[in-house]
Amino acid sequence: MAYAFSKSKIGVVGGIIVLINIIVAAIGPFIAWEPYWEYKIVANPALQYAPPCLPPSCSGGPLFGTDEWGRDIIAMSLYGFRISLIISVIVVLLGASIGIVVGLVSGYKGGVVDEVIMRLTDIFLAFPSLVLAIAFAAVLPQRIRGFLEVNSFARAFFAALFGLRENEYAQIAALISIWFAMVLVWWPGYTRVIRGSVLSTREMPFIEAAKLSGLSTWKIMFRHVLPNVLSPVIVMITFDLATATLFAATLSFLGLGPQEPVPELGFLISKAGYFFPERSWHVVIYYGVVLLLIALGWNLLGDALRDVLDPRTRRALEFRGE
Amino acid sequence: MTGLREGEVLRVEDLHVRFYTYAGVVYAVSGVSFYVMESETIALVGETGCGKTVTTRAIARLVEPPGRIERGVALFRRRNGKVVDLLKIGDEELRQIRGDEIAYVFQDPTSALDPLYTIGFHIHETVKAHNSKTNKKDILKRAIKLLKEVAIPSPEARIKNYPHELSGGMRQRSVIAISLSNNPRLLIADEPTTNLDVTIQVQILELLKELQKAYKMSLILITHNMGIVAEMADRVYVMYAGKVVEEGLVEQVFYNPQHPYTKLLLRAVPNPLKKIEKLEYIPGTVPLLTNPPHGCRFHPRCPFVMDICRKEEPQLVGVEKGHGVACWLVTKK
Repeated sequence: MAYAFSKSKIGVVGGIIVLINIIVAAIGPFIAWEPYWEYKIVANPALQYAPPCLPPSCSGGPLFGTDEWGRDIIAMSLYGFRISLIISVIVVLLGASIGIVVGLVSGYKGGVVDEVIMRLTDIFLAFPSLVLAIAFAAVLPQRIRGFLEVNSFARAFFAALFGLRENEYAQIAALISIWFAMVLVWWPGYTRVIRGSVLSTREMPFIEAAKLSGLSTWKIMFRHVLPNVLSPVIVMITFDLATATLFAATLSFLGLGPQEPVPELGFLISKAGYFFPERSWHVVIYYGVVLLLIALGWNLLGDALRDVLDPRTRRALEFRGE
Repeated sequence: MTGLREGEVLRVEDLHVRFYTYAGVVYAVSGVSFYVMESETIALVGETGCGKTVTTRAIARLVEPPGRIERGVALFRRRNGKVVDLLKIGDEELRQIRGDEIAYVFQDPTSALDPLYTIGFHIHETVKAHNSKTNKKDILKRAIKLLKEVAIPSPEARIKNYPHELSGGMRQRSVIAISLSNNPRLLIADEPTTNLDVTIQVQILELLKELQKAYKMSLILITHNMGIVAEMADRVYVMYAGKVVEEGLVEQVFYNPQHPYTKLLLRAVPNPLKKIEKLEYIPGTVPLLTNPPHGCRFHPRCPFVMDICRKEEPQLVGVEKGHGVACWLVTKK
């Protein structure tokens, strides 16, 4: 399988981008050379929105310039990588696992169970997901904040997870509420996709054959039905990681995420928007490209995984390499 | 009728299956009865749509809505000697019987295997479902032995193959091997050779015959091919429009057919030694089972039709020992 993957060019490119993304997210907050909570313009007002300083025409200054507080935008994006990755991965994995299990049960059991579950997903899908997420993201933070205030272990855990300081727990609460809000709007999509494929797969003769070889319903569902409907979902998951990254950035762009001084990519772009394009064009372009690369990496990886996970196309990939 | 007679494995009595479709109620199986003795092969023969497959699916409880098993008993003697009614037992007991004591070989080997798993895994899974304690090595050995028995070359390599890497004949052999993984007492083969070419057909049939002897299992063979029946079966049930019209030993039915339908069916088998001008056929088609004909269901196509055939339904009566016919021509005499 690894061999076939190595033969897929877009897969390798996507894989490398994703790998870099993950490595940067893992070590970013530790190697960032400027702490995000230090406002440099207090000491030197000239640093606000310093333009990019690209060699050879310029040297010594921050490579891609600074933001409104005079912070190096490359260093800030190192924090931003961690926050984006954590939010998107957890949202998609939680949303997908809930959606997959619910869709599998709904499609395989059929009847009343199916009807109830599908009407429930209809209710969720009927709302514009962004509006629903905004509603949750606006209501949830207070509660989570209260929880983090009293629970020091949770506070330390989530701070470490996001690469932020513990006393930023109000902002961490905002990030966690983005999670909840997104998971709530994320699962119905998976339920729909899974249920649709389950409906056609459960009529396949090999499912009947599995029934006739005495397998239990759960084994048939998870061993024969699920893997056969999974490859569209795996592709969907990797594409959704891109979408979720952008969706989270959108929510914080709209001001529903963390506030100062947390360097969340969407929030940073939103702030730079006030001075766009005259003074802050480099900030918007840089963070925009960062988000683009994250999304592109997941998309390319998803495409390649779809080919590799299917034994038929996998063999074709391997054969091309031989 | 309660209980099975000595030596019987399966006894189906008065089985009725209906499908409630938008076009009306389809009387797919109406009062079919048959029995299978230990290590015996019976054949269910008939045209397409006469209810052969539905009958066996009902035994395996695979009739799903809108279909419903309306009536009937299917007594089955389990390995431990206990007699159960397959149509009434709970789901867990049914699960234990399926794949372990009753195995099924499907018509289409292409889609009867999960494309994501190897042949070895299919066998592994079937064994594990019934003997969860068996260790991996024993199952592997068993898988290789089974594949060797169904005459698959280099079984050690083949157990690692995915279904799409095998030819049609190999797949059908694998399906048979999988169905044999737990030494079933009863094997139901639903047109096991329909999708294979003629040379492979012979091999598969020979194989089934040998395995049946080796494993001492009973075999229910569903087919529309009279040649296969003559070759394989001990007894034969001729079905027409959801009913058994003639039953008996293969010799009795082939040499002394009583029902006009059986006679016509046998005449329709081309004889390769005779030069023929025209292929024989039975005029008309199988009636729509939403609205089966009154009286004898064969009367619209029967060349010997009488008044009574249109009014009353003939019952299965014995003409000699083990040979029964449902026809007014016989009953009247």
